Amino acid sequence: MSENRRVALLLILPTILYLLVFIGYPLVSTFIMAFSSDEGFLGNFRQLMSNKDFWDALKNTVLLTAVIVPIQLVLAIGLALFINSRFRGYSFILYVAAIPLALSDVTAALMSYTIFAPGGYLNKILINLGLIQRPMYFFGFMYKTREFWIIALTEIWRATPLVFVIILAGLQSINKEYLEAAEVFGFSSWRRFFKITLPLLKPSIMSALLIRTLFAFQIFGVAWLLAGRDIPVLAGETYYWYTQMNNPNVASSYALIIALVTLIISYFYLFGLRSKHLEEGVRA
Amino acid sequence: MMKKFLIYFTAVMVVIWFLTPVLLIIMASLTPADDYYNPHRIFPTKLTLEHLYKLFFVLDGWKATLVSIEVAAISIGISFLIGLPAGYAMTRYVFPGKNAIKLMILLTRSIPLIVIAVPLVVVYLRLNLNDTVLGVALAHTSMILPFVVLITSSIFSGISVEYEEAGMIFGMTRFKAFLRITLPLALPGLAASAIFAFIMSWNEVFVASILTLTNRTLPAHVLNTAMTSPDYFKFAVGTIMAIPAMVFIFFTKKYLISMWGISLK
Repeated sequence: MSENRRVALLLILPTILYLLVFIGYPLVSTFIMAFSSDEGFLGNFRQLMSNKDFWDALKNTVLLTAVIVPIQLVLAIGLALFINSRFRGYSFILYVAAIPLALSDVTAALMSYTIFAPGGYLNKILINLGLIQRPMYFFGFMYKTREFWIIALTEIWRATPLVFVIILAGLQSINKEYLEAAEVFGFSSWRRFFKITLPLLKPSIMSALLIRTLFAFQIFGVAWLLAGRDIPVLAGETYYWYTQMNNPNVASSYALIIALVTLIISYFYLFGLRSKHLEEGVRA
Repeated sequence: MMKKFLIYFTAVMVVIWFLTPVLLIIMASLTPADDYYNPHRIFPTKLTLEHLYKLFFVLDGWKATLVSIEVAAISIGISFLIGLPAGYAMTRYVFPGKNAIKLMILLTRSIPLIVIAVPLVVVYLRLNLNDTVLGVALAHTSMILPFVVLITSSIFSGISVEYEEAGMIFGMTRFKAFLRITLPLALPGLAASAIFAFIMSWNEVFVASILTLTNRTLPAHVLNTAMTSPDYFKFAVGTIMAIPAMVFIFFTKKYLISMWGISLK
Protein backbone atom coordinates (compact mmCIF):
# COMPACT_ATOMS: atom_id res chain seq x y z
CA MET A 1 0.00 0.00 0.00
CA SER A 2 2.67 2.48 1.02
CA GLU A 3 4.68 1.32 -1.99
CA ASN A 4 1.71 2.16 -4.18
CA ARG A 5 1.34 5.50 -2.49
CA ARG A 6 4.94 6.35 -3.22
CA VAL A 7 4.58 5.40 -6.87
CA ALA A 8 1.41 7.46 -7.22
CA LEU A 9 2.97 10.53 -5.66
CA LEU A 10 6.04 10.10 -7.82
CA LEU A 11 3.85 10.03 -10.92
CA ILE A 12 1.99 13.15 -9.89
CA LEU A 13 4.90 15.13 -8.52
CA PRO A 14 6.16 16.54 -11.86
CA THR A 15 2.72 17.93 -12.66
CA ILE A 16 2.39 19.54 -9.26
CA LEU A 17 5.84 21.05 -9.43
CA TYR A 18 5.18 22.39 -12.90
CA LEU A 19 1.90 23.97 -11.89
CA LEU A 20 3.50 25.49 -8.79
CA VAL A 21 6.28 27.06 -10.85
CA PHE A 22 4.23 28.18 -13.84
CA ILE A 23 0.89 29.00 -12.24
CA GLY A 24 1.41 29.24 -8.49
CA TYR A 25 4.47 31.45 -8.57
CA PRO A 26 3.20 33.87 -11.26
CA LEU A 27 -0.10 34.08 -9.42
CA VAL A 28 1.64 35.15 -6.24
CA SER A 29 3.78 37.61 -8.20
CA THR A 30 0.68 39.11 -9.74
CA PHE A 31 -0.62 39.73 -6.24
CA ILE A 32 2.63 41.32 -5.16
CA MET A 33 2.90 43.47 -8.27
CA ALA A 34 -0.70 44.55 -8.05
CA PHE A 35 -0.29 45.68 -4.47
CA SER A 36 3.05 47.41 -4.84
CA SER A 37 3.30 50.95 -6.06
CA ASP A 38 4.91 54.24 -5.07
CA GLU A 39 1.63 55.40 -3.58
CA GLY A 40 1.31 52.63 -1.06
CA PHE A 41 -0.54 49.38 -0.80
CA LEU A 42 -3.60 50.20 -2.87
CA GLY A 43 -1.92 52.75 -5.11
CA ASN A 44 -2.39 50.81 -8.34
CA PHE A 45 -6.03 50.19 -7.63
CA ARG A 46 -6.57 53.83 -6.77
CA GLN A 47 -4.92 54.87 -10.01
CA LEU A 48 -6.95 52.32 -11.91
CA MET A 49 -10.26 53.30 -10.39
CA SER A 50 -9.72 57.00 -10.82
CA ASN A 51 -9.42 56.29 -14.52
CA LYS A 52 -12.61 56.45 -16.53
CA ASP A 53 -11.36 53.63 -18.76
CA PHE A 54 -11.53 51.16 -15.92
CA TRP A 55 -15.20 51.82 -15.28
CA ASP A 56 -15.89 51.71 -19.01
CA ALA A 57 -14.03 48.43 -19.29
CA LEU A 58 -15.89 46.98 -16.32
CA LYS A 59 -19.19 48.21 -17.67
CA ASN A 60 -18.54 46.85 -21.15
CA THR A 61 -17.36 43.49 -19.87
CA VAL A 62 -20.41 43.11 -17.66
CA LEU A 63 -22.77 44.34 -20.38
CA LEU A 64 -21.27 42.04 -22.99
CA THR A 65 -21.57 39.12 -20.60
CA ALA A 66 -25.15 40.05 -19.80
CA VAL A 67 -26.06 40.23 -23.49
CA ILE A 68 -24.08 37.25 -24.73
CA VAL A 69 -24.65 34.57 -22.13
CA PRO A 70 -28.49 34.45 -22.03
CA ILE A 71 -28.80 34.56 -25.83
CA GLN A 72 -26.25 31.79 -26.14
CA LEU A 73 -28.09 29.69 -23.61
CA VAL A 74 -31.40 29.95 -25.43
CA LEU A 75 -29.83 29.27 -28.84
CA ALA A 76 -27.82 26.39 -27.45
CA ILE A 77 -30.80 24.71 -25.82
CA GLY A 78 -32.77 25.04 -29.03
CA LEU A 79 -29.94 23.66 -31.09
CA ALA A 80 -29.30 20.79 -28.67
CA LEU A 81 -32.97 19.78 -28.66
CA PHE A 82 -33.00 19.98 -32.43
CA ILE A 83 -29.93 17.83 -32.93
CA ASN A 84 -30.92 15.42 -30.20
CA SER A 85 -34.09 14.61 -32.15
CA ARG A 86 -31.75 12.56 -34.36
CA PHE A 87 -33.22 13.27 -37.75
CA ARG A 88 -31.46 11.89 -40.80
CA GLY A 89 -28.13 13.59 -41.29
CA TYR A 90 -27.99 15.09 -37.82
CA SER A 91 -24.32 14.18 -37.43
CA PHE A 92 -23.40 16.53 -40.27
CA ILE A 93 -25.23 19.36 -38.55
CA LEU A 94 -23.45 18.45 -35.35
CA TYR A 95 -20.11 18.78 -37.08
CA VAL A 96 -21.02 22.09 -38.68
CA ALA A 97 -22.24 23.47 -35.37
CA ALA A 98 -19.00 22.39 -33.74
CA ILE A 99 -16.74 24.24 -36.17
CA PRO A 100 -16.59 27.49 -34.17
CA LEU A 101 -15.34 25.48 -31.19
CA ALA A 102 -12.04 25.07 -32.96
CA LEU A 103 -11.74 28.67 -34.05
CA SER A 104 -9.90 31.22 -31.99
CA ASP A 105 -11.36 34.54 -31.03
CA VAL A 106 -8.94 36.19 -33.44
CA THR A 107 -10.22 34.08 -36.32
CA ALA A 108 -13.83 34.73 -35.39
CA ALA A 109 -13.13 38.45 -35.26
CA LEU A 110 -11.57 38.35 -38.72
CA MET A 111 -14.58 36.47 -40.07
CA SER A 112 -16.88 39.02 -38.58
CA TYR A 113 -14.76 41.71 -40.18
CA THR A 114 -15.16 40.00 -43.56
CA ILE A 115 -18.87 40.58 -43.28
CA PHE A 116 -19.08 43.97 -41.62
CA ALA A 117 -16.04 45.78 -43.03
CA PRO A 118 -16.78 48.89 -45.15
CA GLY A 119 -15.97 46.80 -48.23
CA GLY A 120 -17.34 43.67 -46.60
CA TYR A 121 -20.01 41.32 -47.82
CA LEU A 122 -22.94 42.86 -45.97
CA ASN A 123 -22.28 46.20 -47.64
CA LYS A 124 -21.70 44.56 -51.00
CA ILE A 125 -25.01 42.75 -50.77
CA LEU A 126 -26.96 45.80 -49.61
CA ILE A 127 -25.43 47.93 -52.36
CA ASN A 128 -26.18 45.31 -54.99
CA LEU A 129 -29.76 45.10 -53.82
CA GLY A 130 -29.93 48.86 -54.17
CA LEU A 131 -30.85 49.31 -50.52
CA ILE A 132 -27.97 51.68 -49.79
CA GLN A 133 -25.83 53.90 -51.99
CA ARG A 134 -22.70 54.19 -49.91
CA PRO A 135 -21.23 51.58 -47.55
CA MET A 136 -22.42 51.56 -43.96
CA TYR A 137 -19.76 51.78 -41.30
CA PHE A 138 -19.72 49.41 -38.37
CA PHE A 139 -16.24 50.09 -37.06
CA GLY A 140 -14.52 53.18 -35.87
CA PHE A 141 -14.85 55.27 -32.82
CA MET A 142 -17.89 57.15 -34.07
CA TYR A 143 -19.89 53.96 -34.14
CA LYS A 144 -19.36 52.56 -30.66
CA THR A 145 -22.87 51.18 -30.30
CA ARG A 146 -22.55 49.29 -33.56
CA GLU A 147 -19.13 48.01 -32.54
CA PHE A 148 -20.58 46.77 -29.30
CA TRP A 149 -23.29 44.78 -31.06
CA ILE A 150 -20.88 43.38 -33.62
CA ILE A 151 -18.63 42.16 -30.79
CA ALA A 152 -21.63 40.62 -29.07
CA LEU A 153 -22.80 38.96 -32.29
CA THR A 154 -19.34 37.60 -33.01
CA GLU A 155 -19.03 36.16 -29.52
CA ILE A 156 -22.49 34.66 -29.78
CA TRP A 157 -21.54 33.04 -33.05
CA ARG A 158 -18.21 31.79 -31.77
CA ALA A 159 -19.11 30.49 -28.34
CA THR A 160 -22.70 29.24 -28.62
CA PRO A 161 -21.40 25.80 -29.68
CA LEU A 162 -19.54 25.56 -26.38
CA VAL A 163 -22.76 25.94 -24.44
CA PHE A 164 -24.43 23.69 -26.97
CA VAL A 165 -22.11 20.69 -26.46
CA ILE A 166 -22.50 20.87 -22.70
CA ILE A 167 -26.29 21.00 -23.01
CA LEU A 168 -26.29 18.22 -25.59
CA ALA A 169 -24.21 16.00 -23.29
CA GLY A 170 -26.74 16.72 -20.55
CA LEU A 171 -29.67 15.89 -22.84
CA GLN A 172 -28.12 12.61 -23.84
CA SER A 173 -27.73 11.56 -20.24
CA ILE A 174 -31.43 12.01 -19.52
CA ASN A 175 -33.15 8.68 -19.09
CA LYS A 176 -35.59 8.23 -21.96
CA GLU A 177 -37.99 6.31 -19.72
CA TYR A 178 -39.02 9.47 -17.90
CA LEU A 179 -40.09 11.03 -21.16
CA GLU A 180 -41.84 7.88 -22.28
CA ALA A 181 -43.68 7.66 -18.99
CA ALA A 182 -44.81 11.25 -19.37
CA GLU A 183 -46.02 10.48 -22.87
CA VAL A 184 -48.04 7.57 -21.54
CA PHE A 185 -49.66 9.95 -19.08
CA GLY A 186 -50.59 12.22 -21.94
CA PHE A 187 -48.19 15.11 -21.35
CA SER A 188 -47.98 17.43 -24.32
CA SER A 189 -44.50 17.93 -25.75
CA TRP A 190 -44.37 21.43 -24.23
CA ARG A 191 -45.20 20.06 -20.84
CA ARG A 192 -42.69 17.27 -21.24
CA PHE A 193 -40.04 19.85 -21.97
CA PHE A 194 -40.85 22.15 -19.06
CA LYS A 195 -41.69 19.49 -16.47
CA ILE A 196 -39.10 16.85 -17.26
CA THR A 197 -36.35 17.80 -19.68
CA LEU A 198 -35.65 21.25 -18.32
CA PRO A 199 -35.44 20.29 -14.62
CA LEU A 200 -33.21 17.33 -15.44
CA LEU A 201 -31.08 19.57 -17.61
CA LYS A 202 -30.54 22.06 -14.84
CA PRO A 203 -27.07 20.90 -13.76
CA SER A 204 -25.80 21.10 -17.34
CA ILE A 205 -27.39 24.48 -17.82
CA MET A 206 -25.82 25.80 -14.65
CA SER A 207 -22.35 24.60 -15.50
CA ALA A 208 -22.62 25.86 -19.06
CA LEU A 209 -23.75 29.22 -17.73
CA LEU A 210 -20.90 29.47 -15.31
CA ILE A 211 -18.24 28.38 -17.76
CA ARG A 212 -19.51 30.88 -20.27
CA THR A 213 -19.65 33.65 -17.70
CA LEU A 214 -16.10 32.77 -16.72
CA PHE A 215 -14.82 33.12 -20.24
CA ALA A 216 -16.99 36.07 -21.07
CA PHE A 217 -15.12 37.97 -18.38
CA GLN A 218 -11.88 37.19 -20.19
CA ILE A 219 -13.09 38.44 -23.53
CA PHE A 220 -10.15 39.91 -25.38
CA GLY A 221 -9.36 38.95 -28.96
CA VAL A 222 -12.69 39.80 -30.52
CA ALA A 223 -13.03 43.15 -28.79
CA TRP A 224 -9.41 44.13 -29.33
CA LEU A 225 -9.34 43.31 -33.03
CA LEU A 226 -12.73 44.73 -33.93
CA ALA A 227 -12.92 47.81 -31.74
CA GLY A 228 -9.48 48.37 -30.25
CA ARG A 229 -9.97 50.58 -27.23
CA ASP A 230 -13.24 52.08 -28.47
CA ILE A 231 -14.91 49.38 -26.44
CA PRO A 232 -12.48 48.82 -23.59
CA VAL A 233 -12.79 45.48 -21.81
CA LEU A 234 -10.94 44.27 -18.72
CA ALA A 235 -8.55 41.88 -20.47
CA GLY A 236 -7.94 44.43 -23.21
CA GLU A 237 -7.01 47.05 -20.61
CA THR A 238 -4.59 44.58 -19.01
CA TYR A 239 -2.96 44.17 -22.38
CA TYR A 240 -2.96 47.90 -23.02
CA TRP A 241 -1.41 48.80 -19.66
CA TYR A 242 1.21 46.18 -20.09
CA THR A 243 2.26 46.61 -23.72
CA GLN A 244 1.51 50.23 -24.43
CA MET A 245 1.83 51.95 -21.06
CA ASN A 246 4.68 49.72 -19.87
CA ASN A 247 3.12 49.54 -16.46
CA PRO A 248 3.10 45.93 -15.33
CA ASN A 249 1.79 46.92 -11.91
CA VAL A 250 -1.45 48.43 -13.11
CA ALA A 251 -1.71 45.58 -15.62
CA SER A 252 -1.42 43.18 -12.71
CA SER A 253 -4.18 44.96 -10.84
CA TYR A 254 -6.43 44.53 -13.84
CA ALA A 255 -5.47 40.89 -14.13
CA LEU A 256 -6.17 40.44 -10.45
CA ILE A 257 -9.64 41.88 -10.79
CA ILE A 258 -10.36 39.42 -13.62
CA ALA A 259 -8.93 36.61 -11.49
CA LEU A 260 -11.06 37.63 -8.54
CA VAL A 261 -14.25 37.54 -10.56
CA THR A 262 -13.20 34.24 -12.10
CA LEU A 263 -12.44 32.70 -8.73
CA ILE A 264 -15.78 33.76 -7.33
CA ILE A 265 -17.56 32.26 -10.32
CA SER A 266 -15.55 29.03 -10.26
CA TYR A 267 -16.11 28.75 -6.53
CA PHE A 268 -19.80 28.42 -7.24
CA TYR A 269 -19.00 26.10 -10.05
CA LEU A 270 -16.86 23.72 -8.00
CA PHE A 271 -18.70 23.71 -4.73
CA GLY A 272 -22.21 24.60 -5.70
CA LEU A 273 -22.54 22.23 -8.60
CA ARG A 274 -19.91 19.50 -8.73
CA SER A 275 -20.43 19.26 -12.45
CA LYS A 276 -21.19 15.77 -13.59
CA HIS A 277 -19.77 15.93 -17.06
CA LEU A 278 -16.28 16.39 -15.66
CA GLU A 279 -16.38 12.95 -14.17
CA GLU A 280 -17.93 11.25 -17.13
CA GLY A 281 -14.94 11.27 -19.36
CA VAL A 282 -14.60 10.15 -22.89
CA ARG A 283 -17.08 7.33 -22.84
CA ALA A 284 -20.03 9.30 -24.11
CA MET B 1 -44.69 16.25 -44.29
CA MET B 2 -44.92 19.60 -42.55
CA LYS B 3 -42.67 18.31 -39.80
CA LYS B 4 -40.10 17.05 -42.25
CA PHE B 5 -40.06 20.38 -44.00
CA LEU B 6 -39.54 22.18 -40.70
CA ILE B 7 -36.64 19.94 -39.78
CA TYR B 8 -34.87 20.52 -43.06
CA PHE B 9 -35.60 24.20 -42.98
CA THR B 10 -34.07 24.49 -39.50
CA ALA B 11 -31.12 22.34 -40.54
CA VAL B 12 -30.43 24.60 -43.50
CA MET B 13 -30.67 27.70 -41.31
CA VAL B 14 -28.21 26.22 -38.83
CA VAL B 15 -25.76 25.36 -41.59
CA ILE B 16 -26.07 28.84 -43.09
CA TRP B 17 -25.55 30.50 -39.70
CA PHE B 18 -22.42 28.54 -38.88
CA LEU B 19 -20.88 28.12 -42.30
CA THR B 20 -21.43 31.50 -43.96
CA PRO B 21 -18.67 33.39 -42.11
CA VAL B 22 -16.22 30.56 -42.70
CA LEU B 23 -16.96 30.30 -46.41
CA LEU B 24 -16.97 34.07 -46.85
CA ILE B 25 -13.54 34.52 -45.33
CA ILE B 26 -12.12 31.73 -47.47
CA MET B 27 -13.66 33.28 -50.56
CA ALA B 28 -12.44 36.74 -49.56
CA SER B 29 -8.90 35.48 -49.11
CA LEU B 30 -8.94 34.17 -52.69
CA THR B 31 -10.51 37.28 -54.22
CA PRO B 32 -8.24 39.61 -56.27
CA ALA B 33 -7.93 43.07 -54.71
CA ASP B 34 -9.78 44.87 -57.57
CA ASP B 35 -12.76 42.58 -57.20
CA TYR B 36 -12.80 42.96 -53.46
CA TYR B 37 -12.74 46.75 -53.57
CA ASN B 38 -15.45 46.90 -56.19
CA PRO B 39 -18.62 47.30 -54.11
CA HIS B 40 -20.80 46.03 -56.94
CA ARG B 41 -19.03 42.73 -57.17
CA ILE B 42 -19.93 40.09 -54.64
CA PHE B 43 -18.41 37.03 -56.24
CA PRO B 44 -14.87 37.29 -57.62
CA THR B 45 -14.30 37.01 -61.38
CA LYS B 46 -11.34 34.78 -60.74
CA LEU B 47 -9.58 33.27 -57.75
CA THR B 48 -6.03 34.07 -56.74
CA LEU B 49 -3.50 32.72 -54.28
CA GLU B 50 -1.66 36.04 -54.32
CA HIS B 51 -2.71 37.18 -50.83
CA LEU B 52 -1.91 33.88 -49.21
CA TYR B 53 1.42 33.84 -51.00
CA LYS B 54 2.27 37.36 -49.90
CA LEU B 55 1.17 36.71 -46.36
CA PHE B 56 3.41 33.69 -46.13
CA PHE B 57 6.49 34.93 -47.91
CA VAL B 58 6.44 38.72 -47.66
CA LEU B 59 4.72 39.39 -44.36
CA ASP B 60 6.48 36.68 -42.34
CA GLY B 61 3.34 34.58 -42.04
CA TRP B 62 5.38 31.51 -42.78
CA LYS B 63 7.67 32.14 -39.84
CA ALA B 64 4.74 32.84 -37.51
CA THR B 65 3.03 29.64 -38.63
CA LEU B 66 6.18 27.67 -37.91
CA VAL B 67 6.49 29.30 -34.49
CA SER B 68 2.85 28.40 -33.77
CA ILE B 69 3.46 24.79 -34.71
CA GLU B 70 6.68 24.60 -32.68
CA VAL B 71 5.01 26.13 -29.63
CA ALA B 72 2.10 23.70 -29.87
CA ALA B 73 4.38 20.69 -30.41
CA ILE B 74 6.62 21.53 -27.45
CA SER B 75 3.75 22.21 -25.09
CA ILE B 76 1.91 19.05 -26.12
CA GLY B 77 5.14 17.09 -25.66
CA ILE B 78 5.82 18.41 -22.17
CA SER B 79 2.17 18.17 -21.14
CA PHE B 80 1.88 14.53 -22.09
CA LEU B 81 5.29 13.65 -20.73
CA ILE B 82 4.44 14.80 -17.24
CA GLY B 83 0.63 14.92 -17.40
CA LEU B 84 -0.01 11.39 -18.61
CA PRO B 85 1.65 9.67 -15.62
CA ALA B 86 -0.29 11.99 -13.34
CA GLY B 87 -3.55 11.19 -15.10
CA TYR B 88 -2.76 7.49 -14.76
CA ALA B 89 -2.04 7.84 -11.06
CA MET B 90 -5.27 9.76 -10.55
CA THR B 91 -7.37 6.83 -11.80
CA ARG B 92 -5.37 3.78 -10.80
CA TYR B 93 -4.14 4.67 -7.34
CA VAL B 94 -5.72 5.61 -4.08
CA PHE B 95 -3.62 7.97 -2.02
CA PRO B 96 -4.12 10.67 0.56
CA GLY B 97 -4.74 14.14 -0.79
CA LYS B 98 -6.02 12.83 -4.12
CA ASN B 99 -9.16 14.92 -4.02
CA ALA B 100 -7.26 18.00 -2.97
CA ILE B 101 -4.88 17.54 -5.90
CA LYS B 102 -7.74 16.99 -8.30
CA LEU B 103 -9.41 20.14 -7.02
CA MET B 104 -6.19 22.08 -7.39
CA ILE B 105 -5.81 20.93 -10.99
CA LEU B 106 -9.43 21.87 -11.73
CA LEU B 107 -8.87 25.26 -10.19
CA THR B 108 -5.80 25.97 -12.28
CA ARG B 109 -8.01 25.44 -15.31
CA SER B 110 -10.13 28.36 -14.25
CA ILE B 111 -7.28 30.76 -13.61
CA PRO B 112 -7.11 32.92 -16.69
CA LEU B 113 -3.76 32.86 -18.45
CA ILE B 114 -4.05 36.62 -18.53
CA VAL B 115 -3.27 36.64 -14.82
CA ILE B 116 -0.02 34.73 -15.07
CA ALA B 117 1.28 36.30 -18.26
CA VAL B 118 2.69 39.52 -16.83
CA PRO B 119 4.83 38.03 -14.04
CA LEU B 120 6.07 35.35 -16.44
CA VAL B 121 7.78 38.08 -18.41
CA VAL B 122 9.77 39.05 -15.32
CA VAL B 123 10.79 35.45 -14.73
CA TYR B 124 11.64 34.95 -18.36
CA LEU B 125 13.82 38.03 -18.51
CA ARG B 126 15.91 36.52 -15.74
CA LEU B 127 16.08 33.13 -17.43
CA ASN B 128 16.70 34.54 -20.90
CA LEU B 129 13.47 32.96 -22.07
CA ASN B 130 11.81 36.19 -23.09
CA ASP B 131 10.80 36.34 -26.72
CA THR B 132 11.62 32.67 -27.27
CA VAL B 133 9.58 29.82 -28.66
CA LEU B 134 10.31 27.77 -25.56
CA GLY B 135 9.05 30.54 -23.30
CA VAL B 136 5.64 30.67 -24.98
CA ALA B 137 5.53 26.88 -25.07
CA LEU B 138 6.16 26.68 -21.32
CA ALA B 139 3.34 29.15 -20.68
CA HIS B 140 0.99 27.23 -22.96
CA THR B 141 1.95 24.05 -21.14
CA SER B 142 0.54 25.50 -17.95
CA MET B 143 -2.78 25.81 -19.79
CA ILE B 144 -2.61 22.41 -21.50
CA LEU B 145 -1.14 20.33 -18.68
CA PRO B 146 -4.19 20.40 -16.36
CA PHE B 147 -6.39 19.51 -19.33
CA VAL B 148 -4.13 16.57 -20.16
CA VAL B 149 -4.17 15.29 -16.58
CA LEU B 150 -7.96 15.42 -16.40
CA ILE B 151 -8.54 13.96 -19.82
CA THR B 152 -6.01 11.13 -19.57
CA SER B 153 -7.36 10.29 -16.16
CA SER B 154 -10.82 9.90 -17.61
CA ILE B 155 -9.57 7.97 -20.63
CA PHE B 156 -7.75 5.50 -18.39
CA SER B 157 -10.73 5.15 -16.12
CA GLY B 158 -12.66 3.99 -19.18
CA ILE B 159 -10.22 1.11 -19.65
CA SER B 160 -10.79 -1.65 -17.16
CA VAL B 161 -7.97 -2.17 -14.71
CA GLU B 162 -8.55 -5.91 -15.05
CA TYR B 163 -6.74 -6.07 -18.38
CA GLU B 164 -3.64 -4.71 -16.72
CA GLU B 165 -4.00 -7.05 -13.79
CA ALA B 166 -4.31 -9.98 -16.15
CA GLY B 167 -1.05 -8.93 -17.77
CA MET B 168 0.59 -8.68 -14.37
CA ILE B 169 -0.56 -12.19 -13.47
CA PHE B 170 1.29 -13.37 -16.53
CA GLY B 171 4.44 -11.84 -15.18
CA MET B 172 4.47 -8.35 -16.66
CA THR B 173 5.55 -5.48 -14.47
CA ARG B 174 2.96 -2.78 -13.96
CA PHE B 175 4.87 -0.47 -16.28
CA LYS B 176 5.06 -3.09 -18.98
CA ALA B 177 1.39 -3.94 -18.57
CA PHE B 178 0.58 -0.26 -18.99
CA LEU B 179 2.79 0.04 -22.04
CA ARG B 180 1.56 -3.12 -23.74
CA ILE B 181 -2.08 -3.16 -22.76
CA THR B 182 -3.55 0.09 -21.51
CA LEU B 183 -1.62 2.50 -23.70
CA PRO B 184 -2.62 0.90 -27.05
CA LEU B 185 -6.24 0.85 -25.92
CA ALA B 186 -6.04 4.48 -24.88
CA LEU B 187 -4.30 5.62 -28.04
CA PRO B 188 -7.29 6.92 -30.05
CA GLY B 189 -8.49 8.97 -27.09
CA LEU B 190 -5.01 10.25 -26.44
CA ALA B 191 -4.59 11.24 -30.06
CA ALA B 192 -7.86 13.15 -29.93
CA SER B 193 -6.80 14.96 -26.79
CA ALA B 194 -3.46 15.85 -28.37
CA ILE B 195 -5.39 17.40 -31.22
CA PHE B 196 -7.47 19.39 -28.78
CA ALA B 197 -4.34 20.50 -27.00
CA PHE B 198 -2.95 21.60 -30.35
CA ILE B 199 -6.01 23.73 -31.01
CA MET B 200 -5.78 25.32 -27.57
CA SER B 201 -2.22 26.38 -28.19
CA TRP B 202 -2.78 27.29 -31.85
CA ASN B 203 -5.59 29.64 -30.83
CA GLU B 204 -4.10 31.26 -27.74
CA VAL B 205 -3.24 34.87 -28.39
CA PHE B 206 -2.92 36.88 -25.19
CA VAL B 207 0.09 35.21 -23.60
CA ALA B 208 1.79 34.65 -26.91
CA SER B 209 1.69 38.32 -27.73
CA ILE B 210 2.79 39.48 -24.29
CA LEU B 211 5.73 37.09 -24.09
CA THR B 212 7.19 37.72 -27.51
CA LEU B 213 8.24 40.52 -29.82
CA THR B 214 9.95 38.86 -32.75
CA ASN B 215 9.07 35.20 -32.29
CA ARG B 216 5.34 35.72 -32.56
CA THR B 217 2.88 32.92 -33.06
CA LEU B 218 0.41 33.35 -35.89
CA PRO B 219 -2.48 34.81 -33.85
CA ALA B 220 -0.09 37.10 -31.95
CA HIS B 221 1.40 38.23 -35.25
CA VAL B 222 -2.09 38.97 -36.52
CA LEU B 223 -3.14 40.83 -33.42
CA ASN B 224 -0.21 43.18 -33.75
CA THR B 225 0.14 43.64 -37.48
CA ALA B 226 -2.97 42.50 -39.32
CA MET B 227 -5.23 45.38 -38.45
CA THR B 228 -2.85 47.83 -40.05
CA SER B 229 -2.45 45.81 -43.25
CA PRO B 230 -4.94 45.78 -46.15
CA ASP B 231 -8.20 43.91 -45.69
CA TYR B 232 -7.42 41.00 -47.95
CA PHE B 233 -4.44 40.05 -45.79
CA LYS B 234 -6.72 39.85 -42.78
CA PHE B 235 -8.88 37.40 -44.69
CA ALA B 236 -5.84 35.39 -45.72
CA VAL B 237 -4.77 35.16 -42.07
CA GLY B 238 -8.27 34.17 -40.98
CA THR B 239 -8.32 31.43 -43.59
CA ILE B 240 -4.96 30.06 -42.54
CA MET B 241 -6.01 30.09 -38.89
CA ALA B 242 -9.35 28.45 -39.57
CA ILE B 243 -8.47 25.58 -41.87
CA PRO B 244 -6.26 23.47 -39.58
CA ALA B 245 -8.70 23.93 -36.74
CA MET B 246 -11.60 22.73 -38.89
CA VAL B 247 -9.68 19.75 -40.20
CA PHE B 248 -8.68 18.75 -36.70
CA ILE B 249 -12.15 18.99 -35.33
CA PHE B 250 -13.30 16.76 -38.17
CA PHE B 251 -10.93 14.04 -37.02
CA THR B 252 -12.00 14.30 -33.43
CA LYS B 253 -15.74 14.34 -34.17
CA LYS B 254 -16.31 11.23 -32.13
CA TYR B 255 -14.84 12.78 -29.01
CA LEU B 256 -16.32 16.20 -29.49
CA ILE B 257 -18.86 16.28 -26.72
CA SER B 258 -16.97 14.57 -23.94
CA MET B 259 -13.74 16.36 -24.71
CA TRP B 260 -15.15 19.85 -24.62
CA GLY B 261 -16.93 19.06 -21.41
CA ILE B 262 -13.54 18.46 -19.88
CA SER B 263 -11.58 21.18 -21.57
CA LEU B 264 -14.13 23.70 -20.27
CA LYS B 265 -13.54 25.84 -23.28
